[in-house]
This record gives sequence, C-alpha cells and structure tokens, in this order.
Amino acid sequence: MRIKNQKDFASGLMFMGIGLVFAVGTLFYDVGSASHMGPGYFPLLLGVLLTALGVAIALQAVVLKTGAGEGIGSWAWRPLVYILGANFVFGILLTGSPGLGLPTIGMIVGIYVLTLIASLASSQFKIREVLILATVLAVGSYMIFIVLLKLQIPAWPYFITG
Amino acid sequence: MELLSTLSLGFSVAMTPANLMYAFVGCFLGTLIGVLPGLGPVATIAMLMPATYVLPPVSALIMLAGIYYGAQYGGSTTAILVNLPGEASSVVTAMDGYQMARKGLAGPALSTAALGSFFAGTVGVLILAAFSTPLTKVAFKFGAAEYFSLMVLGLIAAVVLASGSLLKAIAMTVLGLLLGLVGTDINSGIPRYTLGIPELTDGIGFVTIAMGIFGYGEIVMNLGRTDMDREIFTGKMQGLWPTRKQVREVTPAVLRGTLLGAALGILPGGGAALAAVSAYALEKKIKMAPDEIPFGQGNIRGVASPEAANNAASQTSFVPLLTLGIPPNAVMALMLGAMIIHNIQPGPLVMTRNPQLFWGLVVSMWIGNLMLVILNLPLIRIWIKLLTVPYRFLFPAIVLFCAIGVFTINNNTFDIWMLGIFGFVGYLFGKLGCESAPLLLGFILGPMMEEYLRRALLLSLGDWSTFVTRPISAGLLAATVLLIVIMLLPAVKKKRAEAFTEE
Repeated sequence: MRIKNQKDFASGLMFMGIGLVFAVGTLFYDVGSASHMGPGYFPLLLGVLLTALGVAIALQAVVLKTGAGEGIGSWAWRPLVYILGANFVFGILLTGSPGLGLPTIGMIVGIYVLTLIASLASSQFKIREVLILATVLAVGSYMIFIVLLKLQIPAWPYFITG
Repeated sequence: MELLSTLSLGFSVAMTPANLMYAFVGCFLGTLIGVLPGLGPVATIAMLMPATYVLPPVSALIMLAGIYYGAQYGGSTTAILVNLPGEASSVVTAMDGYQMARKGLAGPALSTAALGSFFAGTVGVLILAAFSTPLTKVAFKFGAAEYFSLMVLGLIAAVVLASGSLLKAIAMTVLGLLLGLVGTDINSGIPRYTLGIPELTDGIGFVTIAMGIFGYGEIVMNLGRTDMDREIFTGKMQGLWPTRKQVREVTPAVLRGTLLGAALGILPGGGAALAAVSAYALEKKIKMAPDEIPFGQGNIRGVASPEAANNAASQTSFVPLLTLGIPPNAVMALMLGAMIIHNIQPGPLVMTRNPQLFWGLVVSMWIGNLMLVILNLPLIRIWIKLLTVPYRFLFPAIVLFCAIGVFTINNNTFDIWMLGIFGFVGYLFGKLGCESAPLLLGFILGPMMEEYLRRALLLSLGDWSTFVTRPISAGLLAATVLLIVIMLLPAVKKKRAEAFTEE
C-alpha cells in the first residue's frame, strides 16, 4: 500500500490525533444529556466528529489518486527556529521569568536581541545592517509605545530602573 | 425616508473630529501594514487590534473598519507593483495590474483601483444601510435552533467557497470550534482543556491565534521559499491618471464588479476573495473591443472590476455580521471578536438598542472609503518607497510588533508564548495544505454555537428533531446540505478546482 497524497495523509492523522485528545479529555467533565448538556457534551460531539473527519481524510489520501505525488516538501527549519526563537527570547527578556530566576531586562535590550536572532533567519545576514535596524526599531518603539501611548511595558533592565 | 434620518444619525456620530481622526489613522496604519508584502488583511487587523482596545467602542470599530479598508487597498497596491498578492482577493488584481505596471502604467492601475473601490464602497454602504433594517426584522423571528442552524450554514458556506479540499476545510472548522471551547465553560464554570494553566481559563486570545497563524506562519513560509526576489516597476511610472479611453473601458467594468461583489458579499461564506475571482471571470467573458489588450497582459478592466467587486463585498459582508451576528469570513470573525471585547453582542439587538453605534459604523465605512482615495492617491509615492525596503528589514519588525502587540493585551508574557506556539501551528498547517481561515471562523463561533445548541435542546427537552421540525431551521439546514451536494457533483468539483488553481 502506497500513500498517494502525503499532505492529506499527514493532516488526516493530525486531525485524528487532536480529535481523540479532545474526545478523551471529556472523561474529566460531565457530559450530561441532550436536554441538560454538561461541559463535556459539545466537545465530545466535536471531538468524535473531528476524529471521523481525520480518518476519512487519511483514507482518501491512501485510496484516491487525486493530488498524487504531493509531498510535504522540506521543512524551513532555519526560519522556523530563528523566528520563533526570537519571539520566545524576547518574551523572557521583556519581563524576566521568576520561574527560571531571570530578572527583567526590558524592551530595549529585548528589541536588539530579537532583531539579531530573527535576522539570522534570512540568508543575507549583515551585522551592521542588523544593528542599524535594531536601533531604528528600539527608538521607534520607545517613542510609540512608551512615550506616546504610555503602555505599561518595562523598557529598561532592572538594574537601571532599580 | 427612514434611511435618510438613520444615515444622518450616523453622520452625526461619525463626523466628530475624534472619530474622523480614528478613521484616518486606521486607514493610514492599515495601508502601511497592508502594503508590506506577505501580510494579508487578517494578519494586519490582528496586529493593529490591540491598539484599539483602549478606545470607546464606536471609535474602536470605526478605526478597525478603517484598518480593514486600508489593509485591503494596501494589498492591492502590493499586488499591482510587485506581483506579490498578500491575500486571495488581490490575486486576480495582480494578474493584469502587474502587467500594467511593467508597461509603465502603474499609475492608472492604482488610480482606477482606488476610484473603482470608492464607487463600489459607496454602493456597498448604501446596500448595507438599506438591507439591515428588514434583515433585522427577520432576525427577531430566530430562536436558538434557528441560530444554531444558521451558524452551521455559515460555517459550511465559508468552507465550500474556500479553496482546496472540502473535507480538510471542514476539519479545520471543527478544530477551530474545539479551540474556541478552551477556557471556562460559561454554564458550569468549569475550566475546560486548560491543562491547569491559569491564563487559559479566559480562553485562548483570538488576536494571538490570528497573529501566530497568519503573521508568523506566513513569515516562515515566505522565508522558506527561495523565490522572494521581487521586481518593482516604479522607475518608469508615467502619470497617475487613466486616459479618457481607459475611463470609457473601465466604467462599465466597475459597475459590473460592484453589483456582482455586493451580491456575493451578502452571502454567508462570500466576501472579498470570492467576489474578486468571480468578477475577473465575468470580465473575461465580456466581448472585447477590437483594439483592447488581452487579459493577463495588462487589461485595465481586469484591475478595475475585481477591485470594485472586492470592495463592494467588503461592505456588504458586514450585513450578516451586523444583523445576524454571523461573520461570513475570517476578517468579519475578527471584527466580531473585537465587538465582543467591547461588550457588544452583534446581532439584531445592536441596531435597535444601540443605533448610534450601528449607524455611526455604517457611515464611517463610507468615510473610510473616502479617506482611502484622499489618502492613497497623494501618498502613492510613499507606499512605493515602502515597497523598496527589502524583506530582510521588514520581517524582524513584524515579529517585534506582533510580540509587543500580544503582550499589551493582558500585560502578560504568557500571550507571547502562545503566539510562538501558534506560529509553529500556522506553519504546520501551511505545510500540510490546510487553510487556516475556517479555523478562525470556527474559533470565534465555538462558544456561541455551544450556547445555542444547549438552549435549543433544553427547550425541546433533548429532542434533536427540533432542528428539522422548525421550518426556518429546517430550511437553513436544507440549504447547507444542498451546498455540500452541489460541491460534490463531479462537474462542479472540477470547475472549482480549476477556478482556484489556474486563475
């Protein structure tokens, strides 16, 4: 048996998995009856439906010839890791993380680090350009978010603000 | 003459200096972000939405509507100048618009797009104003069962008209409905699927999902492609205005696009993208003048008609949202989310209980359209300049604004983690060929659908047949089944596949 449409087969499996998780999850909640729906009633219904749809999509991918040979293609790991990494590191720097014992570093430093990491996702990385971009973004963000909109965003590291 | 008095009420609300300014700022920011390649209106609206939370409800909605038009128009600008349509509705604009730009006719292409859109928007607003009152009266006949069936119809219609596999799109809708249920169950107060995380008891933020999937997901997709080299034809732009001959060609095309777009926009599941594609298909069927440039090589009708259609549809797609509370597409789903945040439950009650808001919004839509013409034609050179900024400078800025944007919603870094997670999810969906717009629709409608189902079944004492014994509900469900059957007919299926690939 050969899988004719990899994309559909994989998405079928994904829907099946998620559907099952939600359906099984309703074991923790009261399902109730149709006239008195509990918190588990609707999710159970949808979870079963999603699982069934997933099975149908996966089966179709195996049986039908449509879209044959459609592979998933290679993953863009480099942009994925750097973009999401930039996002997570920025989050940690912005307010710190009491759980990890990290202090607040604030938005300004965060912007430099975010720009640096995110720029690594592109194949044309030039450190000078990145530093200029980061400076423009830092000054711009400070003016817009802190000065103009007066948002409650920690801007400077803990050892400066005290 | 009821229409006149309600419209004048609307003008009195929308024409305050503050609200005019919000409409202007919205249009400006929307165009600014919308021009950036690879960012569609959903991502643009999601990115700018936190900025509107602090405003009073009417002003926030006015600004959001401005952002929406701006984003749409910005997308068309990018499509014409760099052949990089940021969204489905400007894909067809790119085909002839870009060819015009290559011939140095970017100016007329952009100005016809703007003026055609303005005309279409004006007609769309009038239709919206005229249709809302009678539709609201119908809506008052609706009970819980009817609303549930209407939502089923709306979700299925949205899916049917999306591109790609029908089953996958339905699965994405169901997944959206499920994600919408995460958080505290309003009926029992029990937190569902929160994994013990306190931040999740309020549910997943819809802005976070939209930004993650449509913003981050698309950035990673763009960077993963190697063909991001863009060619911009701006150097040899000769003049902004169309010639008299072009105006003659364009006028009937704009009229056709407007009518078609306005009609398709009202349908559940309709909206800008469908309107633009259909309008282009229609123009292609109209007999050509002997000396006309063929389609696909820079025919100005191929720009004017889809642009008029998508703008007319943008207006009229507010009809189902404002009268019934059912968003017909992903952008309207975001607008619905914004209204809920401001404690407005869209539906027939908005118009009767809160006429200032309703008519103020309607009129500000027209003002938004006017702003676009006033703003965009003189500022076209700025937008062009913006397009020459390389993508490697743009995407770090987009990541930054998304991260700061979600943080400011609750002042909680948890939203930044969720943003990253949904960025990955969005990329995964893209890789697997699963369209994300239905997910967003389902996500917003999930809790409402559950509530209507609960009420309908409570009233019928648990009898599911209530959905088919009540005539309006039965009619809506029959329409749903009919839609699915039509889509599964082999002939239609083939046509549909063609329409979305070869266009």
